[in-house]
Amino acid sequence: MKKIGLKRAKEEEDEQKKQSVCEQVLTFNMSPAEEEEGDEDVSDSEESVYSGLEESGSDSEDEPSANQQEGRVLNEEVEQLEERVLNEEEAEQREDEYEKDSSDEEDIRNTVGNVPMDWYKDFPHIGYDLEGRRIYKPIRNKDELDQFLDKMENPEFWRTVCDQQTGSDVVLSEDQLELIKRLQRGQFGDVSFNEYQPSVEFFSREVMIHPVTNRPSDKRSFIPSLTEKDKVSKMVHAIKMGWIKPRRVEDDSRGRYYDLWTNEDSSSILNKHRMHLPAPKLRLPGHEESYNPPPEYLLTEEERALWEQQDPSDRKLPFVPTKFSSLRHVPAFSRFIHERFERCLDLYLCPRQRKLRVNVNPEDLIPKLPKPRDLLPFPTTQSLVYRGHSGLVRSISVSPSGQWLASGSDDGSVRFWEVCSARCVRTVQTGGAVKSVAWNPNPAFCLLAVALDSVVLILAPSLADGHVTSSSERLLKSQQEAEPSEGVSCNWVETKGEELNQWIRLKIGHPKVVHQVTWHSKGDYLASVMPDHSSHLQVLIHQLSRRRSQNPFSRNKGLVQNVSFHPLRPYFFVATQRSVRVYNLLKQQLTKKLQANAKWVSSMAVHPTGDHVICGSYDCRLSWFDLDLSTKPYRMLRHHKKAVRGVAYHRGYPLFASASDDGSVIVCHGTVYSDLLQNPLIVPVKVLRGHVITQDLGVLDVTFHPSQPWLFSSGADGTVRLYT
Amino acid sequence: MGGLQKKKFESGAATNYITRNRARKKLQLSLPDFRRLCILKGIYPHEPKHKKKVNKGSTAPRTFYLLKDIRFLLHEPIVGKFREYKIFVRKLKKAYGKTEWSAVERLKENKPTYKLDHIVKERYPSFIDALRDIDDALCMCFLFSTFARTGKCHVQTIQLCRRLTVEWMNYVITSRALRKVFISIKGIYYQAEVMGQPITWLVPYQFAHDHPTDVDYRVMATFTELYTTLLGFVNFRLYLSLNLLYPPKLDIKSESELKEEDEDDYAMGSESYLEKLSALSASLARVVTSTEEEEAQIDLFPTEDENMEMMEEKEKEKKLLEAQMKIFEGLKFFLNREVPRESLAFIIRCFGGEVSWDKSVSIGSTYEMMDETITHHIVDRPNVDKRYINRYYIQPQWVYDCVNAKMLVPVEDYFIGVTLPPHLSPFVEEREGDYVPPEKLKILALQRGESQQQPEEEEEEEEEEEEEDEEEEDNDEEDQVEENKLKKMEEQRSQGKSLQVKVTPGKVKMENPVRLEQEEKAEEKRLAIMMMKKKEKYLYDKIMFGKKRKVREVSFLKSRNKYSLLWERIHPFDPL
Repeated sequence: MKKIGLKRAKEEEDEQKKQSVCEQVLTFNMSPAEEEEGDEDVSDSEESVYSGLEESGSDSEDEPSANQQEGRVLNEEVEQLEERVLNEEEAEQREDEYEKDSSDEEDIRNTVGNVPMDWYKDFPHIGYDLEGRRIYKPIRNKDELDQFLDKMENPEFWRTVCDQQTGSDVVLSEDQLELIKRLQRGQFGDVSFNEYQPSVEFFSREVMIHPVTNRPSDKRSFIPSLTEKDKVSKMVHAIKMGWIKPRRVEDDSRGRYYDLWTNEDSSSILNKHRMHLPAPKLRLPGHEESYNPPPEYLLTEEERALWEQQDPSDRKLPFVPTKFSSLRHVPAFSRFIHERFERCLDLYLCPRQRKLRVNVNPEDLIPKLPKPRDLLPFPTTQSLVYRGHSGLVRSISVSPSGQWLASGSDDGSVRFWEVCSARCVRTVQTGGAVKSVAWNPNPAFCLLAVALDSVVLILAPSLADGHVTSSSERLLKSQQEAEPSEGVSCNWVETKGEELNQWIRLKIGHPKVVHQVTWHSKGDYLASVMPDHSSHLQVLIHQLSRRRSQNPFSRNKGLVQNVSFHPLRPYFFVATQRSVRVYNLLKQQLTKKLQANAKWVSSMAVHPTGDHVICGSYDCRLSWFDLDLSTKPYRMLRHHKKAVRGVAYHRGYPLFASASDDGSVIVCHGTVYSDLLQNPLIVPVKVLRGHVITQDLGVLDVTFHPSQPWLFSSGADGTVRLYT
Repeated sequence: MGGLQKKKFESGAATNYITRNRARKKLQLSLPDFRRLCILKGIYPHEPKHKKKVNKGSTAPRTFYLLKDIRFLLHEPIVGKFREYKIFVRKLKKAYGKTEWSAVERLKENKPTYKLDHIVKERYPSFIDALRDIDDALCMCFLFSTFARTGKCHVQTIQLCRRLTVEWMNYVITSRALRKVFISIKGIYYQAEVMGQPITWLVPYQFAHDHPTDVDYRVMATFTELYTTLLGFVNFRLYLSLNLLYPPKLDIKSESELKEEDEDDYAMGSESYLEKLSALSASLARVVTSTEEEEAQIDLFPTEDENMEMMEEKEKEKKLLEAQMKIFEGLKFFLNREVPRESLAFIIRCFGGEVSWDKSVSIGSTYEMMDETITHHIVDRPNVDKRYINRYYIQPQWVYDCVNAKMLVPVEDYFIGVTLPPHLSPFVEEREGDYVPPEKLKILALQRGESQQQPEEEEEEEEEEEEEDEEEEDNDEEDQVEENKLKKMEEQRSQGKSLQVKVTPGKVKMENPVRLEQEEKAEEKRLAIMMMKKKEKYLYDKIMFGKKRKVREVSFLKSRNKYSLLWERIHPFDPL
């Protein structure tokens, strides 16, 4: 406020200076003070502008009083022209200051203080005076039209501004306009101020004879500084101790290269370090990666959809092959940085392992076997089909002479066929599903054992010459003298009448259902199998000549599947579900237990020498045991696709065959050497097909001709087939 | 007398391996530092044979390093540098915290740095080793050189990468080492043969990258650090081998030619020099200026016939190679502004052509578009306003296809606005039984010098063969029909029906002895396969499975190709 007051005073003086001549003397006298004031103006021109505006615009009661004061001052000054003008002036100014210092007087127009005026926007007054009365705004109810008219008519309109503080219109004077213009031009508010005053260069290159200041230099400027010495000595010490290093030379060795491999030494660390594997290179791109690939490499809609659905790791290609018509259409590959980054990760995170690439010719893997052509004779073609059965033919057997074939079927009939002509010579209706038939292997007899339900029938089809017939008659007759066996509940019944006409001679009743019958090679003994989990009575051995039955085993050792006599020695083979037991009948003890390595043994055959056994199993395997070698199979053959139902050895030729549910019979060559050191040679020679698979059953039984290299097989389609 | 019981996991495999965490502790490094060390030294994890034994009985998934590798790292001087750096960072942080700016300044001046020269030497004891492993380095440097100068990594690294790649390209041009090029959807592949080593690298297209967020740039930067060092030394050695100055200097002649133009466009002299180099249009200065290229004749030694044949073959190959190197010799190319200048200039210069471009595209153009001697004008736009008569206007693919075909491919297929023939990968080497696209067959025929008509005939022949096959199949079918007839009769008989007995005149079946033999052989094989051991059978089945799959794929592609050709014939303008 003080400053404003001062300036106000000064400007009024200026005005007066211009107006009156008499006052020029005064102004001359006053000039130093004026200059000072001018300086002040320069220092804060903004305020001066403000004050100027305010002052000239003010038309309140305050103004005349100020003028009066000024006038008074002037009058006084005029009066005391010659007397100590400056002092007077100063004193009066000080007085003035005090006068104007009273803030209420100064702000008489508006007492609200320094608050935003829009607070009073909605009120008719602006602030209060000393007595607490409202100071009203000048009434201004000019609407747009008035304003417009004003604008059109009033020549002063352009220089009229609204005073925010009082809300009244103020018309700017010429001086004020001039001032505004000057300020807009970026000039000083004061007209008389010279911006480009000549400057005096004190510090120039010319050496002056006199110093700028006359002050004598201090004593300390002549004495070496102790603190500096301290600092320097510390630094020296630090350098000596190596704590401070000299500033490093800018290392520009990056990107400066030289011949690194001038002397290549092979004995480097990595060479010693043999475990190092160089990283494999990236795969080179194929046609499908081209920007313009052949059309066959592009994906169709479905393939593309599939590609999008797949997990990124499952995809065959990591990108979609795309075709662009020209090079300018090719966009940036969005996964480029990803791929490079993945390569980086592979390089330092992937465990590396040397993998031996199997580079074998698959032909070399196939074992070199003798050609089947060299292993002839073996059955190669289907030559005869024996038709007649209406059910599945479970079992077949060839007479020891090789002239007749017996077959037992589920339709309840046993048929006798002439081998060479496929004629059915006899049909025996047994009245139950025939499980097994077995021709007496002794050529001196002509007997057939048939197992059905819980009975074993002995048939004597008079198909041989008189001599043989009579001898078999004798065998059957001789039984009559023998007493029935005790201990085993078997009843031997001789048949009469009608059944006799059917060539059924004997009925051996069993306690349970019989599944298999088999003869001893001498033709006197007969073994029958009644598989049963819970009983020790599973195998019975019958002696025909004495009509005696006995149970050789007193303990249950598993479900018996199949039994067989040793062709030469008094041994007995019993195939249970998982293993084959070999018993010595004379000593009545177990001699060997063969592990079949199969889940469920289905059939078994003994080699004519008795040293080898083959077992077929329901899990498609055929195991060949060498009894002299081990209790484990010498060879497991997985030739069949489905369960093996029957196996057979040829009596004379080194052949064996296996029949399976997949409708095929596989004939193998199996040479057994008399030299114990040489293992048997097993070569599959022929796959015979012909049977039709019915109800998931294929070939059920297989047997060889006793003298010829012929093979019979019976199937679920109700036929028996001969392969020669 | 047993003695002490042996403790488990104290000998054998368990002592040869070390888990990552233990290795890290042994080296007293933080995980990022350990990672960096592994990258620089080329240490990678190993997969032990018996994981459980090595893992001391546990089956938890762990990464194992060879203990030897880690011991080897223990003596690495860079480990010390890493620790120094760690300390430096700590001091710097402290100084910042205390706002001691002078200390910050001082520390920054003494920032520890390390060099990788000895590591490169150690990892690649011989120059050939380094060359063998240069593929990744090149790919990485080419990628980094296309990065923007802001953000992801230091500007110096990007500049260095650019410099090194330009040096490399200049070397390839000078030594005429480029062999194959391939425009893929990822970028452009190049394959050069340097000192007998095939070196393949991939250059991305010149677009700004949108940087993925799931990529760790620190790892990439560490790799680049190593790769720039490696590539620099390799470049030096290669330049040395060609008697070129390193760092490369332009030929005096070409330099003077380039001098006047464009000098003031670049703020820094070094920058403009690099640009001039990267223009790839000028030859490089040699150490010995008067170099008359004399190729030493290989002395021929009288050897055995087999070797002679080999030699002859080699000679032939060499001649072919020389011919390939000169395919663009005498041709003058002009690149329109929309084609990728660097790639094309590089390729054309590699094969002896002259190339230029519009002056406003880049520095280093040698002649103007109006030049009458220009033979090929490479354009990649639908049509051109002003055409000059005595030059071909072709699309850029022509250049790439020529390089891959090792000869000048007929230009007719590559004119402006023509649908381009497919661009095939030169990296695919078809073995027997693989699918060969018909376009490749065409090129092969061209290479043999046959006219264009022949391949079509070949195709026809193929078709004929196929027809023959079909005929054979027909025969089989006939046989089957007869068999079916017989079966029917059998069935009828088995059902007990009375057959109408009828005697028909029998046909004499012609037995084909060759076929019979084949069948017999096939059966023999089948039987022998049955007798295979389980292990071998498994392997055999696997191999056969692979073979069958391949055959299937090939036949699939073949059928696809036929189909698409058919499609084109029916709808010539519809894409599939």
